Amino acid sequence: MWQTMLLKSIEQGLVFGIMALGVYITFKILNFADLTVDGSFPLGAAVAASLIVGGHSPFTATLAAILAGALAGYITGILNTSAKISDLLAGILTMTSLYSINLRIMGRPNIPLLNQPTVFSMIQGAIENVFPGFPIRYLYLILFIIIVFVIKLLLDAFLKTQLGFALRATGDNPQMIRSQGVNTDFMKIIGLSLSNALISLSGALVAQYQGFADVGMGIGTIIAGLASVIIGDALFGEKSIFISTLSVLFGSFLYRFSISLVLSFRLAQASDLKLLTALVVIVALTAPRFKKTFKGFKISSEKG
Amino acid sequence: MLVLEHISKTFNPGTPNENQVFSDLSLKVEDGDFITVIGSNGAGKSTMLNAIAGVFPVDSGKIFLDGNDITNLPEYRRAAFIGRVFQDPMLGTSPSMTIEENLSLAFCRANNVSLRWGLDFNKRKTFKKYLSNIPLGLEKRLTTKVKLLSGGQRQALTLIMATMKKPRLLLLDEHTAALDPKTAMLVNDLTEKIIETNNITTIMVTHNLEHAIKMGNRLIMMHKGKIVMDIKGEEKATMTIPRLLNKFEQLQGEKFAEDRVMLA
Repeated sequence: MWQTMLLKSIEQGLVFGIMALGVYITFKILNFADLTVDGSFPLGAAVAASLIVGGHSPFTATLAAILAGALAGYITGILNTSAKISDLLAGILTMTSLYSINLRIMGRPNIPLLNQPTVFSMIQGAIENVFPGFPIRYLYLILFIIIVFVIKLLLDAFLKTQLGFALRATGDNPQMIRSQGVNTDFMKIIGLSLSNALISLSGALVAQYQGFADVGMGIGTIIAGLASVIIGDALFGEKSIFISTLSVLFGSFLYRFSISLVLSFRLAQASDLKLLTALVVIVALTAPRFKKTFKGFKISSEKG
Repeated sequence: MLVLEHISKTFNPGTPNENQVFSDLSLKVEDGDFITVIGSNGAGKSTMLNAIAGVFPVDSGKIFLDGNDITNLPEYRRAAFIGRVFQDPMLGTSPSMTIEENLSLAFCRANNVSLRWGLDFNKRKTFKKYLSNIPLGLEKRLTTKVKLLSGGQRQALTLIMATMKKPRLLLLDEHTAALDPKTAMLVNDLTEKIIETNNITTIMVTHNLEHAIKMGNRLIMMHKGKIVMDIKGEEKATMTIPRLLNKFEQLQGEKFAEDRVMLA
């Protein structure tokens, strides 16, 4: 049972980790409190599930989910930069409208994918043909590790390009980067699109992994994403981009693991999940301060 | 090359906080000018620099740079021609990025940022060369995060970033005011050296009268949104602080009042 729990936590930590990387882009790099997340995550699931049920290839469906997420982020960006709506409100507006849009896309509140082809079932079929003895039990784990680390390394590389530098400086010191000739509005839109594309991809993969898309599956996504970012940050700090993104993924695993731990001890029931989520975030946010106080350090008041 | 024609700017018009900073301000800056700007509190010195840089649109009037009308160009587009150093050492650099990453941003200034690597061997070599011109040892700390640097080190870095790609115009807004005297002197020396070597047209706001007289080839005094004194050449070269204050009193019939002004 322990082994299964650990395996499931790692799998979930990885697949939701893609979403957490998206949250990392907006909250940590762009310094933009983006709440689009709770809408763009189920958007990815809705687009992917609807297209799969409609007979399209799961790969096309997943790609469409990525584009839909990017579009959602783009809209939040336009609301913020062109319409001058504050970052929080812009995200909430997109998130709220996405709830209706997701219902429209799905046509009903829930789409089961149990007897449908998914990205994973197709890869599983291909692998079974080539390597008959492949340990299918670890298929998801191996696939997720590959997918997530490719995304992580691509993101690391992006953040080291000129465009990535400009994105980081936009979150760090917008006045300075404008005086260096960078359009900060444009950078915000790029960051939000990229972030929500990842979040939507995560939603699409989660739907195919758990076997259904549900219109309510987005509630609390932002908290889970934040928890991952904050836990990772508290444990490893911001030494480099490589370490930061890695710690987000580790934070995502720790978050999933602690949730399933509490549930497995029957300390709580499944419906308490969102409450637990919030509690985990509160602990993650306050623990570093206590740690510093105990060590006799001055509590730093820098942003975080 | 830079011409301000009848610029006016009022902040918060129609509210109790309405503040007309200047109306009908005109200024012509020649190629190669190094202008020092002094003036009493609220004279509009910083507002003038911000109007030139495009931080906010002006209410009326026109701004020309090299004959091109830049009045409606957004701030980030003007950055192609204008380098800036601010008074606050925090404003000119990106704190959580390293020295070399900050320099890379300045190196790409005015070019469209692309998906090419922000740093490579050649750039690092160039950056080391630039940094070794200032006696702060920054060339050995390329991968240090800028938030770990002192105010003076940051201002020196900002100055290098603003001039790395030679700007048509350099705007310095009391860029040594927040520094201790020794570091201020170092940054001032660096400023003069960079401006002279590259022959950069510069407007420098300062509240240090000695610097204003000693540095540059032209001195402008602003008062209540107007340019009340504009001296250059021989007259500037022989100017002293008492004579400057005297001249101001003659012109305005009141005493020069700037609580932060430094007479020596």
